Amino acid sequence: MQNMLTLLSNALCRITGRTAGAQTVSELLIGLSEYVSLTSPAAPDLAQTQRLPPKPPPVVSARASAAPLVSTSLAAPAARITASCSFADFTPQVTFDIKKCDLYRLEDGPSMKAELTREQGLQYYRTMQTVRRMELKADQLYKQKIIRGFCHLYDGQEACAAGVEAAINRSDHLITAYRAHAYTYTRGVSVKEILCELMGRRGGVSKGKGGSMHMYAPHFYGGNGIVGAQVPLGAGIALACQYQGNNQLCVTLYGDGAANQGQLFEAFNMAALWKLPCIFICENNQYSMGTSAERASASTDYYKRGDYIPGIRVDGMDVLCVREAVKFAADLCRAGKGPIVMELQTYRYHGHSMSDPGVRKWMWPFGRRWRRQHSLRWLTPSHHWTTCATTSLKTIHPWRSVGPTPGLSLSL
Amino acid sequence: MAAAARLFLRGIHSKCSVSGVSTVPRTSFGPRLLKLSPSCDPYTKAQRRHAAHFTFQPDLVPTQYGPTQKMNLFQSITSALDNTLSSDPTAVIFGEDVAFGGVFRCTVGLRDKYGKDRVFNTPLCEQGIVGFGIGVAVAGATAIAEIQFADYIYPAFDQIVNEAAKYRYRSGNLFDCGKLTIRAPWGCVGHGSLYHSQSPEAFFAHCPGIKVVVPRSPVQAKGLLLSCIADNNPCIFFEPKILYRAAVEQVPTEHYTITLSQAEVVEEGSDVTLIAWGTQVHVMKEVAQMAQEKLGVSCEVIDLRTILPWDVETVCKEECFLNLEAPISRVCGYDTPFPHIFEPFYIPDKWKCFEGIKKMINY
Repeated sequence: MQNMLTLLSNALCRITGRTAGAQTVSELLIGLSEYVSLTSPAAPDLAQTQRLPPKPPPVVSARASAAPLVSTSLAAPAARITASCSFADFTPQVTFDIKKCDLYRLEDGPSMKAELTREQGLQYYRTMQTVRRMELKADQLYKQKIIRGFCHLYDGQEACAAGVEAAINRSDHLITAYRAHAYTYTRGVSVKEILCELMGRRGGVSKGKGGSMHMYAPHFYGGNGIVGAQVPLGAGIALACQYQGNNQLCVTLYGDGAANQGQLFEAFNMAALWKLPCIFICENNQYSMGTSAERASASTDYYKRGDYIPGIRVDGMDVLCVREAVKFAADLCRAGKGPIVMELQTYRYHGHSMSDPGVRKWMWPFGRRWRRQHSLRWLTPSHHWTTCATTSLKTIHPWRSVGPTPGLSLSL
Repeated sequence: MAAAARLFLRGIHSKCSVSGVSTVPRTSFGPRLLKLSPSCDPYTKAQRRHAAHFTFQPDLVPTQYGPTQKMNLFQSITSALDNTLSSDPTAVIFGEDVAFGGVFRCTVGLRDKYGKDRVFNTPLCEQGIVGFGIGVAVAGATAIAEIQFADYIYPAFDQIVNEAAKYRYRSGNLFDCGKLTIRAPWGCVGHGSLYHSQSPEAFFAHCPGIKVVVPRSPVQAKGLLLSCIADNNPCIFFEPKILYRAAVEQVPTEHYTITLSQAEVVEEGSDVTLIAWGTQVHVMKEVAQMAQEKLGVSCEVIDLRTILPWDVETVCKEECFLNLEAPISRVCGYDTPFPHIFEPFYIPDKWKCFEGIKKMINY
């Protein structure tokens, strides 16, 4: 008890800046009560002691309502006054500068500026956050043996899925390999159906018969187990689009490991020969299972592997980069200018599948660099403070509770 | 008794699940956590998927091959490859991820011991791997190619059937790729679903020019693999992946071979003949025991071992078909792709085989 008292009083001294330590429990409590208000405080007092949000830009619109949007709840003890801001203080749209893409056989590439509206930002964030949570949950369920079979997780690569979907229409087609949970979600299947399918339940999108690698949706052709097998299929879908003249295209995804399969080059040849509206996207996550790309490929410039097909190399960790690049490629395809190869440089945080621990000595230093550039970082408050409603983000962000928090809280 | 009925029961697939024999530690915290809630019992009969459908039955310790050591299946494969690399200076092992030991640990330590020019990784290209292996073998080196899962062998099907199998014939014995051996993990594993559970030996069973071999145990695996490597024809060696850890035996450490194209009568019997290969042999042994206890039927169990060319002599003696008292019966998986969630219903377990015997007896 005495130790605990000493510990607490030392902590209190450090917090309050006072030098004398508390000797008894009651002294401790008195000390604490001076720092933390245990009764409902008067509004102005608290506002001075708490952190305030940065000053919003001056209101330009005359119609902007100055009414605070906040709830000041003084009913419960230890309630806090919440500061207020109006939505008119936030801009609805902003333009970002994005990284330049490496080009191959192309004169000009995707735009280096990306426009983002508030709704889009929230939507992308929600998508990526949902995919991240879903994959982590699948990981947990697999370890509990509720999901069995094979499970290839996509966390770390969310920006690719979100960016691709943002750039194409729902009527366009998409086919990918076995790391497909995210694309299943972005193509319109609910998380519940995906998790049911993983668990082999009847409510799953493939009636529980497909499992992790075989989930399908309208205009989404899976989910393919055999490496590289989906690429000729994608070329075929693109041919159908061209034949039917419906202005649709096919996005065909594969990995850096699959880039060495012979059938890919057969598909490239056919697509280029017949100018198919096909976007071949290589999601280069640096490793094909445990083998790094340099040790498996004579050329790691996957965007140049199409040889006679133009290529773009994109930062796959930035959703806006991906979106702009895929938009550029989609416009190219719809204009009838034939196939295009893209390489999205990205990284996966798990091993190849649940059987692969993914923790190898030589992966960690490399992985740390990628983790710092994680795909969910782009909407942290430090970057886009005044452009999006932070609370909206907080309501999406699963690790923060919505509700009164000391200092700053904006409520919708 | 010549008039005794002979029933051929051929089981192709074998169930596999992690049984108590397996030594892989798995966390059971999850299921325990679920158990805390009374309404959520993960071990109700309908959901139970963790019992093995077979029990590995080791053979007697072989004494004629020298000193033995306790090994499981993947260790016996490593031992065979180790023997080969040390005795044959031209031998090379290649495939996807073999350098660090392979996804099933079959090549652990070989790269460190023999060098990276003898044990090396290939990119992800099965057709390329087998084609490359044919070239290596034709040039005179012993090539041991690994296909990561038997399910992935199909891109290489053309190379195997059209190139490897026909090389000697079409060149008038000027060239051959007899030094090629292709190894692949094979068969169901309990959770493999469509693309990690297949048994494709039937696709190759009618291709003259190659040999197809499936062992049932570590002792058999090492001997048969060494025979395949030594054999003058391109061989495909399928290793039952469920047995990699589950099958433990005393395996001779020295080099030894087991004759190819020779089936083995694992258990003697007089009424019914049960033929199987791979993991299913262990299921059949149990079925034979059940038949003896419950039906009083004496079953003969034969392990085919080599699928192509198969031992016709042992399996059906001359004119045996004239003496059968019931038609030959096949017990195998259904005519669907290997399922994901329905695997326990799909595989020919001991009950299905037992049922087959009962029907046959009452024919």
